[in-house]
Amino acid sequence: MTEPHQHHILSVLVQNRPGVLARVAGLFARRGFNIFSLAVAPAEDDGFSRITVVVDVEDTPLEQITKQLFKLIEVVKISELDPRHSVERELLLATVRATPEQRGQVIELVNIFEGKILAVGVEALTVSLDGHPDKLDDFEEMLAGYGIVELQRSGRVALPKLDREARLRAVNSNNKGKAG
Amino acid sequence: MKITGAQALIKALEMEQVETVFGLPGGCILPAYDPLLDSPIRHILVRHEQGAGHMAEGYAHVTGRPGVVLVTSGPAATNMVTPLMDAYMDSIPMVCITGQVSTSAIGTDAFQECDTVGITRSTTKHNELVMKAQDIPMAVRQAFHIATTGRPGPTLIDVPKDCLTNSMDWHWPTDQEVIDSLPGYRPNTKGHPRMIKEAAKLILASERPIIYAGGGILRARAAEALRELAELCDIHVVTTLMARGAFPDDHPLCLGMPGMHGNATAVTSMQKADLLITLGARFDDRITGKVSAFAPEAKVIHVDIDPAEQGKVRRPDVPIVGDAKYVIVEIIKAIKDLVQGGTVQADTGAWKSRISGWREQFPMSYEPSEPGDALKPQFCLESLRDSAPEGTILVSGVGQHQMWSSQYWKFNEPYTWVNSGGLGTMGFSVPAAIGAKVGCPDRTVWAIDGDGCFQMTAQELVTASVERIPVKVAILNNSYLGMVRQWQEMFYDERYSEVYLSPEVPNFVQWAEAMGCVGIRVDSPEEVQPAIDKANSIDDRPVVVDFRVDAREKVFPMVPAGYANDDLLLPDWQETNRSALR
Repeated sequence: MTEPHQHHILSVLVQNRPGVLARVAGLFARRGFNIFSLAVAPAEDDGFSRITVVVDVEDTPLEQITKQLFKLIEVVKISELDPRHSVERELLLATVRATPEQRGQVIELVNIFEGKILAVGVEALTVSLDGHPDKLDDFEEMLAGYGIVELQRSGRVALPKLDREARLRAVNSNNKGKAG
Repeated sequence: MKITGAQALIKALEMEQVETVFGLPGGCILPAYDPLLDSPIRHILVRHEQGAGHMAEGYAHVTGRPGVVLVTSGPAATNMVTPLMDAYMDSIPMVCITGQVSTSAIGTDAFQECDTVGITRSTTKHNELVMKAQDIPMAVRQAFHIATTGRPGPTLIDVPKDCLTNSMDWHWPTDQEVIDSLPGYRPNTKGHPRMIKEAAKLILASERPIIYAGGGILRARAAEALRELAELCDIHVVTTLMARGAFPDDHPLCLGMPGMHGNATAVTSMQKADLLITLGARFDDRITGKVSAFAPEAKVIHVDIDPAEQGKVRRPDVPIVGDAKYVIVEIIKAIKDLVQGGTVQADTGAWKSRISGWREQFPMSYEPSEPGDALKPQFCLESLRDSAPEGTILVSGVGQHQMWSSQYWKFNEPYTWVNSGGLGTMGFSVPAAIGAKVGCPDRTVWAIDGDGCFQMTAQELVTASVERIPVKVAILNNSYLGMVRQWQEMFYDERYSEVYLSPEVPNFVQWAEAMGCVGIRVDSPEEVQPAIDKANSIDDRPVVVDFRVDAREKVFPMVPAGYANDDLLLPDWQETNRSALR
């Protein structure tokens, strides 16, 4: 998997209601944008979910897409996270071909990356790794040499860094009242 | 108090002060039609659900109140897709209630089931599938709140049959409860004070200003404020297709419609302006022509309640997100403050004399027909206009007749022009005119239609006859899909492909009479006035006048799609003066 040449992370706080993901995804499709990755889960407050969307676009259309997203009634808040000032994580699960002779090499690779062996079969291993998406890319590339049978990545999730440099750039904060 | 969901639904509509509902019953929505019998709400029974949707739009256009539609599930819901999208594009407040199969049957491909909220997700401002009878009042309140606030638009509530038949405890949510239930919906109506001041400065400093007024003026009920601003600074106003009537055509500062078929002065004044004071307009491609060549020297003030319109097409120098009326009033105050503080408005004298020069040399004009020649559509419109009772509402379909209507009518008051601007929905005019007449029963409502458009939704004249809604329809009948024919003539080497409609069939007069209307056919210029007088004198049933007009007539001026506005095509007799458009 290649890194998007210009990826933007949008952290979208939404009311947790039926169809909200379809609305968000539909908006991207309708305006001709590709979602690079997507992760959705309940947020800290009851009744809200946080959608982390990674999009690969230039700045101008990104502004338009965030404004359009913000028009969705169930979207409460959108933050664009600057990759330099955020913590990003992703989980990778992979089943890799490993003959008994290769098994040791694969296990060594997993250990180097500080991943985990989840299951061992005669001809294959299932492994997991969580970490920065870049690290997952490297890991995936190394595994590919052995033959990846199945692969699932979670899509990235992100939060702003806590350090002094942290910048949470709220998009449209002037245009809407205090998020609830 | 325990009542059924259906009773709650009708009661909720009454609470929202709904007087008229346009609809057609069917299986899933049946329970709601029973309490409707006992309600003071007037129900207009349409012949096709699309008609109900456009009627609701016409009603909303002229009254400013949301149009309400009540239809069943499945095909009724899919028939509503076009009017919902039409209302969405033109920011028309509308609330559509669709029936749905019972909650237990959802997802089973039940009879007349469809994924209504899925299908209408991108054609509504918001939609909602209600899953409990108890939730109906809140869903209705939210739908009306969302449809009528911020940038208005259509909303839809999908109500399963069992939610209508189940009982619930009546509770009418308070305003605060509605607001709290929508934490992501806080439309900003007040513009940023610093931006407003910035706008005032730019306006006073501009030597070549133009006010670019869009449909947002009408939605915000801002026509008076607009007039005050224009008069205060003596600035000419162009009114887009959606804003015709927002500034009176008989006002000396009114330049009329800009855009693809705008008049040469309106188009050129925008092109040459140094400042576009954009109020509730959205830089539609039919206005800008080739965007990179649009108003190249102009700074842009952009007032719009929808933040997503800011910078969508043209990057504004001064973006102001807010309600047009509120913002214009604030801009006026800021201008007065600056003037009081000693700021002097720049001299716009040279600019104004250029504009007058263009107006003199490039009036809207057409070649009148020679005696014995075919009737000109523009002549029909002028005659209709000159005989129209005061306050007449004009409703058009989509195509050549729409452009001629906008060009040749004189709209001197707001809310007298109804048309499908954004979506360009052929067949809009007959049902929209019916809705407009329901909303303003004391006014004359003329629908201007093409023969192509008329054949798409004419069946609603049956509704009009039966419901005693005496609209008048003028068909500018050239036996062609005229606008497409014009493009094929101009851009496809006169290769006419599938645009010829039969001049013999249908017989519009017979058709009109079969629908309970008075039908009149007009072939020659001499017949025009008597026919119009007769039509205007009839007030107990709809009238259809079939004007047989010259099929060769084209709409001019024209900026071909993708061309720069500087390259607008003028009628032949004005082309020789083209160099004056500088």
